Amino acid sequence: MKRKLERRKSFIDWFINSNGATSVAVVFLGFLFGTILVAVVGKNPFNMFKAIFVSMVGQANNKGIWNFRYVGETLAYSIPYVLTGLTMAFACRVGLFNIGGEGQYVIGMTIAQMVALLVPAFPGLWVLCLVLAVIGGAIWGGIVGILKAKFQVSEVVATIMLNYVALYGSRLVSLQLPGATTYKTAALPSQAFLSKMIIPTSNLNISFIIMIGACLLYWFIMEKTKLGFGFRATGLNKDAARCSGINVVKNISLAMAISGAFSGLAGACVLLGGAFTSGRILAAQDNYGFMGIAVALVGNNTALGTFIAGILFGILKESQSLMQNMDIPKEITFIIQGLIVVFIALRSGLELVKQLREKQKVRKEVLAK
Amino acid sequence: MKSEYAIEMLNITKRFPGIVANDNISLQLKNGEIHALLGENGAGKSTLMSVLFGLYQPEEGLIRKNGEEVEIGDPNDANRLGIGMVHQHFKLVECFTVLDNIIMGVESVNRLGFLQKKQARDKVVALSEKYGLHVDPDARIEDITVGMQQRTEILKMLYRENEILIFDEPTAVLTPQEIDELMDIMRHLSAEGKSILFISHKLDEIMAVSDRCTVLRKGKYVGTVNTKDTSIEELSSMMVGRDVNFHVQKNQSKPGDVILQVKDMTVASKSHKNNAVKHVSFNVRGGEIVCIAGIDGNGQTELVYGLTGLEPLTSGSISLTGNDISRVSIRKRNVMGMSHIPEDRQKYGLVLDYSLEENLVLQRYFEPEFTDKAGFLKKDNIRKYAERLIEQYDIRSGQGPVTRARSMSGGNQQKAIVAREIDRDPELLVAVQPTRGLDVGAIEYIHKQLVAQRDEGKAVLLISLELDEVMDVPDRILVMHKGEIVGEFDPKCTTEEELGLYMAGAKRQEVNA
Repeated sequence: MKRKLERRKSFIDWFINSNGATSVAVVFLGFLFGTILVAVVGKNPFNMFKAIFVSMVGQANNKGIWNFRYVGETLAYSIPYVLTGLTMAFACRVGLFNIGGEGQYVIGMTIAQMVALLVPAFPGLWVLCLVLAVIGGAIWGGIVGILKAKFQVSEVVATIMLNYVALYGSRLVSLQLPGATTYKTAALPSQAFLSKMIIPTSNLNISFIIMIGACLLYWFIMEKTKLGFGFRATGLNKDAARCSGINVVKNISLAMAISGAFSGLAGACVLLGGAFTSGRILAAQDNYGFMGIAVALVGNNTALGTFIAGILFGILKESQSLMQNMDIPKEITFIIQGLIVVFIALRSGLELVKQLREKQKVRKEVLAK
Repeated sequence: MKSEYAIEMLNITKRFPGIVANDNISLQLKNGEIHALLGENGAGKSTLMSVLFGLYQPEEGLIRKNGEEVEIGDPNDANRLGIGMVHQHFKLVECFTVLDNIIMGVESVNRLGFLQKKQARDKVVALSEKYGLHVDPDARIEDITVGMQQRTEILKMLYRENEILIFDEPTAVLTPQEIDELMDIMRHLSAEGKSILFISHKLDEIMAVSDRCTVLRKGKYVGTVNTKDTSIEELSSMMVGRDVNFHVQKNQSKPGDVILQVKDMTVASKSHKNNAVKHVSFNVRGGEIVCIAGIDGNGQTELVYGLTGLEPLTSGSISLTGNDISRVSIRKRNVMGMSHIPEDRQKYGLVLDYSLEENLVLQRYFEPEFTDKAGFLKKDNIRKYAERLIEQYDIRSGQGPVTRARSMSGGNQQKAIVAREIDRDPELLVAVQPTRGLDVGAIEYIHKQLVAQRDEGKAVLLISLELDEVMDVPDRILVMHKGEIVGEFDPKCTTEEELGLYMAGAKRQEVNA
């Protein structure tokens, strides 16, 4: 009996000290509250879970053949979430708060459609689109990095402002593209699109593999290289890093550029991923950049965490249409996402629990004497 | 019947998670005495005072004032009981006058709510005459010396008619002359019937001014002695728990070639518009320890920033082993043979959330020993290197190389920095207040390491605020005042008093490097 109690206690200790476990618990809590909410408004929560389940594994169509299309769509949706999540995560690890994922995403998308429409089509056109979008996002982020490092301009303000510059700049430029109307350009050449893979009925395409590559790259740079060592030192203590001879100015600029590159790639992947046939004249922000902040938060700024969190957000996005078919308001997914972020923010509350437990421990030790 | 004791703290026990900060400590302050509270850093002095001030509630024990048990729930209760404190870092409003600072919080107003400054001013003037506290009530705090600021703090307590005065390490910021004046003031106050608690770890001051002394060690009560019946040696062994060697053992220095040559260096100050370091020239030879002495805030920090490359030079030049490094990056300076033990070890010395091993390679991780050609870290080599340093320099930590630096004790954090800097085999070691906040054992260790570097023929530049250290460790002393070097001394041929005059700016000599 006593041993059982002790095992339970060490579980709690492990739990509050583990970032991964709290993330999982937070997601669980988000769903729990979402379920209650669905029940309160008089709908069947079972249908909500059914929709989520279908978006995860697919379902049989009326001929009895298993249809994986939903799974493909889920994974396709998760690509930009993971990439913009990496944007936020990378900046965070270097001690920066990059809210400019959205702007960097728009720049990547705009450059991709410019390349697709202006460069004469050739078989590898999509590669050129992606590469230039990555460079565009890197420059857009790098500008902020240089402003921050050289002139102490707050990266938060600069990125928010540049988000608007990117959005309206994109409209301005895209309206000049061939065949542009108020909401779209001429059709993109077929060579610009990313080729589909595994589940041809869905929009799942090779950028999923590129996204996994980006996660691995992130992990390698941060944990395994000397570059990452300098980045993390800069993020954890800028003064000590500088005092030890680490070039903090260079690191901040470079980190913002790398961070922006992920979102630039996300922009190109969304445009060329099959959901659109022509270039876009953006009327409003797509919000992928902002969702990336939440993804990185849930994923604890780690590569694996961001990947899993991005997939989760992809599941929620794909299940929206399925929910509507089952008479569940799709807004419930936004509520769940919002709740998850709120619960993540409550993590600091766990610190209080930690302190309380330590106090109790001391008290017990003293009593035992 | 009136009790003999102004304040009695009996059997106080205060626990924090994982540590007993005060373990059954008793302190009895007699009426009109000067009672010293002695202990190393972390001995529990501040905790005990915080209990007396109502900032912490003890788990056990009781407090009596004039023989009656009292409850001190918060600092307001302490004020009501007439307990006042001069903090180590003054709590003054810089742009207010002395008078404004004194009456702040207890302003007397007439019926219409207007301030009655005239009465307050008369009272302050009367108090300062009565106790010999000379200070101009209409001067602004930012314009007066540190010593006068401290007197303002004392007047603040007297104005509030406090009977029990606590001085928390009051001499740390003063020149030797100001320290003497403070001692006189304290004697004067006790003669007038005030009871004084004097917190310090400086033994000679305790011997000079106090009547009795209570010693704490590692949260425990060691004993209370009459100062006139004891000696510095006895007090120090009570404080540390063993006999301590006060004097640094070292042989005659054998200065070699000039390693560091500074010419006409000027460095701007971050906080003020004017230059903090003005046309300073000096050199350091291999095999000698040169100390830059001075009162805090006279340009020492900026001098170090200029030397190490944290701030650009406005003018002048620095050369290290004959190479000009005036415009060279911090890393290049490191690689060329400059090591730096920074003043603020937690801010500039360590990445607290990095592990010990990561901190130990903070300046070397990019070297071929720790990074391969593709840019990947060689974690095995880093671990081996860290294990060697931990062993060699006796760095103690909970989990060895993977311990978070944050969870290590101050002394071991400093040991880690010293190990890192010395092991790079530098030509020049710049050590800025390397013993600040450390206990006697760690101070001994660090001084030994500095002397060892010197004996290996390295140049050592020590920047220190502690007079004991200034007199004891170096082979040559340079005194800095208001950004200039105002004197050069041989520690064997000078006295603390002489240095003090130069530090305060009362005397200067022409120094040519």
